[in-house]
Amino acid sequence: MALVRAHILICTGTGCTASGAKDVLAKFDEELKAKKLRDEVSLVETGCHGFCEGGPLVIIYPEGTFYTRVKPADVAEIVEEHILKGRTVSRLLFKEPLTAEKVPNYDEIAFYKKQHRLVLKNCGHINPDSIEEYIGADGYEGLAKAILTMTPEQVVEEMKKTGLRGRGGGGFPTGMKWMFCAKSPGPKKYVICNADEGDPGAFMDRSLLEGDPHAILEGMAICAYAIGSDEGYIYCRAEYPLAIKRLKKAIAQAEEAGLLGQNILGTNFSFTLHIKEGAGAFVCGEETALMASIEGRRGMPRPRPPFPAVKGLWDKPSNINNVETFANVPYIFRVGAEEYAKLGTEKSKGTKVFALTGKINNTGLAEVPMGITMREIIFDIGGGIIGGKKFKAVQIGGPSGGCIPEQLLDTPIDYDSLIAAGAMMGSGGLVVMDEDTCMVDVAKFFLNFTQSESCGKCTPCREGTKRMLEMLTAITEGKGQDGDIEKLEKLAKSIKAGALCALGQTAPNPILSTLRYFRNEYEAHIYDKKCPAGVCTALIGYKITDKCVGCGLCKKVCPVEAISGEPKGKHTIDPDKCIKCGACMEKCPFKAIIRG
Amino acid sequence: MVENTSEKSWEQLDQLLNKYRGTKGSVIPVLQQAQEIFGYLPKDVLIKISKEINVPISQVYGVVTFYAQFHLEPRGKNIIRSCQGTACHVRGAKAVLNAIREKLGLKEGQATTPDLQFTLETVACIGACGLAPCLMVNDDTHGRLTPEAVRPMIDKYRNQ
Repeated sequence: MALVRAHILICTGTGCTASGAKDVLAKFDEELKAKKLRDEVSLVETGCHGFCEGGPLVIIYPEGTFYTRVKPADVAEIVEEHILKGRTVSRLLFKEPLTAEKVPNYDEIAFYKKQHRLVLKNCGHINPDSIEEYIGADGYEGLAKAILTMTPEQVVEEMKKTGLRGRGGGGFPTGMKWMFCAKSPGPKKYVICNADEGDPGAFMDRSLLEGDPHAILEGMAICAYAIGSDEGYIYCRAEYPLAIKRLKKAIAQAEEAGLLGQNILGTNFSFTLHIKEGAGAFVCGEETALMASIEGRRGMPRPRPPFPAVKGLWDKPSNINNVETFANVPYIFRVGAEEYAKLGTEKSKGTKVFALTGKINNTGLAEVPMGITMREIIFDIGGGIIGGKKFKAVQIGGPSGGCIPEQLLDTPIDYDSLIAAGAMMGSGGLVVMDEDTCMVDVAKFFLNFTQSESCGKCTPCREGTKRMLEMLTAITEGKGQDGDIEKLEKLAKSIKAGALCALGQTAPNPILSTLRYFRNEYEAHIYDKKCPAGVCTALIGYKITDKCVGCGLCKKVCPVEAISGEPKGKHTIDPDKCIKCGACMEKCPFKAIIRG
Repeated sequence: MVENTSEKSWEQLDQLLNKYRGTKGSVIPVLQQAQEIFGYLPKDVLIKISKEINVPISQVYGVVTFYAQFHLEPRGKNIIRSCQGTACHVRGAKAVLNAIREKLGLKEGQATTPDLQFTLETVACIGACGLAPCLMVNDDTHGRLTPEAVRPMIDKYRNQ
């Protein structure tokens, strides 16, 4: 390997690519060649750093300087100043949203400082298309240790000792799951990786698949050895084309290197892997539905038991884990279960990757030890709320989860405390909401989602979600009636008790949790016919106050010509024509238009 | 996508079916790749797939109508997938979607423009929440969108 004096790391994950990272990369190549520096500076494409907000991201080592929102036009200056003259280009450094301070170094940014990156360690630091770089970062050491020095029983025992719980949402102990499958009789067993990340607002699995694909392969291979399987599937959403591309490449490289395929590392252990592309059905994240989909059928869940560990894919015993769960496994076998179990809380071990999104300054991925508080995640790592607005709630766990209000921000997060708060870990999507978010609208949003994704097999979910959505729609349209809240609660509880799979059983959660913490907003919609956050268009109107100077901007921007008035005179809005789009209010430079 | 039922497409379908003949659980990958060849899944193609891989047509049709990815009608040359996930929702995805509909002149319930240039779909999440509101045009992801930004973007694709 050639020696170089500097490494320029450019994130080419989906987020940064969408922000123009490929153009930046090409420009660096061109600029370095023009300055005859191409031989002494290496240019590395990496996976996601989890800080998509600041993309395209460029990190220059050995200094570890972190440049954000780099445009092709900035590249010449970086090469000239940083690479040639050794001076930092300070205008491209990251500025902390809370202190407005510029931070030169990657590790010193508040977003990363409180994180504990075990699973995401390699993401953004190695080239995901290179097995050598993965091995250079201690990759496949855990697999070698497991299959060369341990029996399958010992591997299962080790997993049980870690206390690792499934990262896909349910939180079932992974070691127990492996044990059930290992004990299931039969010569043919399958290992399945659930990469059908469907929760809106969650993208940690995508980043892992794109940024560190070998870690997932290694985790799956260790699992296969433990349960006695020789064949596995990765079920990945077709919406993640880059992830699929990188996985395919990683599998080919691992087979070439003898780390997958026949007689791995010269032993009798063999394990081949296939990729199955999902076809766009949220319910396929449910394990029995996912297996039906791999078999080429409609992805509908079936009752359990029998559990997949007994009767899974093609009726053979199968073990299915989520991407993030598998990504924990190589680290565990490298450092040992005891070391791993030191992190986290008593009943939830290790770290969890959260996807921070919504009305928050630093959107991105944050990996933190279990037991950290939501306040630390949102305000220390996430940099607080956009525009200094007031925090209202954070939605966790996607359509199956619930809301955490302000008063619970200091609760340590783990699987059990979230359930107690009426939410759930889910896949770890955190959508932050501010005072401008209407909680009834949020509940309606999730119901709309689960209702359209309901597979229709069982009545409570198929009919129940439809009825709940109808009621919520009526409430947001000002047609709510006395007694609606009680009806919603009753129906929600029946669906929870009666639905066949987790999709239906958890579909009422967004309603129940918003009712628990924001009942007053429901009441305002139903009894006062008001939407306090000003979101539900049927319940709001716009008025022009005396602050109006008659500039006419609102009249121009109104798409339906509902505003009239003479230049320099006060304008008025015709409420019958107004479609309540709010464009006039946004445009008015004098804040003369109010909602009410 | 212009209806592409030329001989070449049928030849490609034959090759595809030969590759998967005898493989268990091949319905979905075959349909995915057949749709890539034809742009959508015409009735004749479904019948042929059913016969060749020996799966009843009712089951093939059941799979096609279950998954959002499969289409029984011709689709536009450019596919716009507007994300309506949670993060995008709270950051104004609706306004972006309305701006696209307006720009493309799509009526209620209409997804494809009459000139078959664009098909507009909504998706639940494309996993680019850090850039909300976002969308995909074909395989390109676009983020941090505003109603103003989508209009020139559509023109760009139209002229390609």
